[in-house]
Amino acid sequence: MKRTATGIATAGLIGAALVAPAAADEIKVGLLLPYSGVYAALGTEIDAGFVLGLDTFGEDAGTSFQIVREDTEVKPPVGLAKARKLILQDRVDVMAGIVSSGVLAAVRDVVDGAEVPLIVANAGNDIATGEACSPYVVRVSFSNSQINRPMGPWMVQQGITKVYTMAPDYAAGRQMMETFAESFTAAGGEIVGADYTPFRKTQDFGPYLAQAKASGAEAVFAFYAGGEAISFVKQYDSFGLKADMGLYASGFLTSPLYVEAQGPAAEGIVTSLHYVPTLDTPVNNAFVAAFEAETGRTPSEYAVAGYDAARALVEAAKTGADGGAALAAALSRVSFEGPRGTLSIDPATNNVVQPIYVYETVAGPEGLTQKLLAELPPEQDAPNGCEMPTN
Amino acid sequence: MDAGFWLFQALNALQLSMLLFLLSIGLTVIFGLMHFVNLAHGALYAAGAYVAASASAVGGYWLGFLAAPLAVAVLGVALYAGLIRRMRRAGPMAQVLVTFGLIFVLTDLTRIVWGDLALASEVPAALAGTVDIAGVTYPVYRLFIIALGLAVFAVLALVLARTQIGAMIRAGVDNDQMAACVGIDVERLFFIVFCVGCALAGLAGAVAAPVLSVTPEMGLSILIPTLIVIVIGGLGSLRGAIVGSLIFGFVQTFGAVLAPAFASVLIYALLAAVLIARPGGLFPARG
Repeated sequence: MKRTATGIATAGLIGAALVAPAAADEIKVGLLLPYSGVYAALGTEIDAGFVLGLDTFGEDAGTSFQIVREDTEVKPPVGLAKARKLILQDRVDVMAGIVSSGVLAAVRDVVDGAEVPLIVANAGNDIATGEACSPYVVRVSFSNSQINRPMGPWMVQQGITKVYTMAPDYAAGRQMMETFAESFTAAGGEIVGADYTPFRKTQDFGPYLAQAKASGAEAVFAFYAGGEAISFVKQYDSFGLKADMGLYASGFLTSPLYVEAQGPAAEGIVTSLHYVPTLDTPVNNAFVAAFEAETGRTPSEYAVAGYDAARALVEAAKTGADGGAALAAALSRVSFEGPRGTLSIDPATNNVVQPIYVYETVAGPEGLTQKLLAELPPEQDAPNGCEMPTN
Repeated sequence: MDAGFWLFQALNALQLSMLLFLLSIGLTVIFGLMHFVNLAHGALYAAGAYVAASASAVGGYWLGFLAAPLAVAVLGVALYAGLIRRMRRAGPMAQVLVTFGLIFVLTDLTRIVWGDLALASEVPAALAGTVDIAGVTYPVYRLFIIALGLAVFAVLALVLARTQIGAMIRAGVDNDQMAACVGIDVERLFFIVFCVGCALAGLAGAVAAPVLSVTPEMGLSILIPTLIVIVIGGLGSLRGAIVGSLIFGFVQTFGAVLAPAFASVLIYALLAAVLIARPGGLFPARG
């Protein structure tokens, strides 16, 4: 490991035997997350999951971990500068995090060029594991199309054939809606209308909701996240639309992170996602209990991605991989039973392969909770132009 | 797309207009009277929403509805005494920079106090549900926002046109030096108007909280629409604020319906057109 060579040499000088260890005695991890700006809540959530993951699994890694945190905000140029700083100045062995796909696109070339593996714990842009894929970028979170593709056929099975789609007008919104529309129409459904609302500039969804209502659709399929998700869900409910037109969505809409802020308006919304905190498996129950003990709240899909990013790193370190290339190769072969179920990385794209869950947000004894409706089998994304170098 | 659809959209437009009116009236009168650009006005609105959400969690919606304007007015007093009075003669550039910086300070303060997660605020039971107007099902709470905006407009119009303090404010906006010469304490007037403007921003936050999401960024995202309203309407006038708000609300809402691809551009195009045709806005307080 080039970057720790000086460290090892110093160790040699102070008397330790100068033998090359099978694995580095310490792995330096750079966490690239938004700790300020609109995605700050997501950043802290992933951070909490990552730290919990290292605490839980780190002991059997045969090495210790040191975390260096950098705030990417939501700004690609800031993310790029911070990635450079982690690689050149802190000389980290591996990086993890990245919430915004814009930041991911900005740091991709630096990561690829410096051969420092990056474990993506959120950013879901299809292109990152498609035509812009890199052997050094491994995604353990999700891809936009992965989450929405299975919803098309599933909704047709439920007898819904006419759908109106709504999403914010940016890459993720468009990728999610386009994938859904494709699989939904292939299964025999019909998209009767679609709206892309100005991203983060839309305060009032009223005008769009009125159009959805007038379109004669049986249901609305939507994607919104964060503050927009809260406004959207509340306004959808306040117009009394839920009774006539069911609301289906990409699961970020009713994330446990902010479903409490949506309140009763979120009841009855059916969504698909790669993680639901109420999954009743021993692994997940243990994770939920540990996360709640640590933070006092239910883990969201963001927390689990941070947790699994740490787990993937530990699993890769266990193989004794030394150096960026070896570590990246080990990461792309990682497979384990996590809170989300059986997780593996598809070596053709370095994207995660995982089951997708359909859940309904329902009222429980202690506020809103998630009721599992269906588990849809894992599907690999098509390579979408990804060509991994063979070595 | 029947008549009901258009009525529904008109109500949506009115609701958005009234929310913007509550915000822009404070900002525009402060500007007209004091020639002071307070860009932190949006952050005060966010503070109002946070206070309302916290208070309503304890004592119900109406407590938040009362507490938010009061708390934000108090915050306004503190800002006035600590910062704004010193900046009065500093020129517009320095004022813009200071109040712009204040946005970030206040945003981060809300983040430190209330955290990054969005807060919840529910519509009060009396205003929950929907009502039928001419065959259109519309949420009661949105009608309440429209009514509140109109009521505030009526009260302000009455105060400005019929009362002594209204006449003093009009005189101050028209020519502050002359007003001072005839014995009006412009500085005190200015202070009162500033506090009322802050309280209205807090009220707007409290009213918006159950409809929108209460996040630290809400103040920044409302700032641009508010500034557009003032520039279109004309600085310093009540009439400008209400007309500007209505124009913004209707262009935004019907733009989203009729030309969704241009929804986010339309209002800026209109802004540019107004600036070219009437650089002072449609109804400036001073011709």
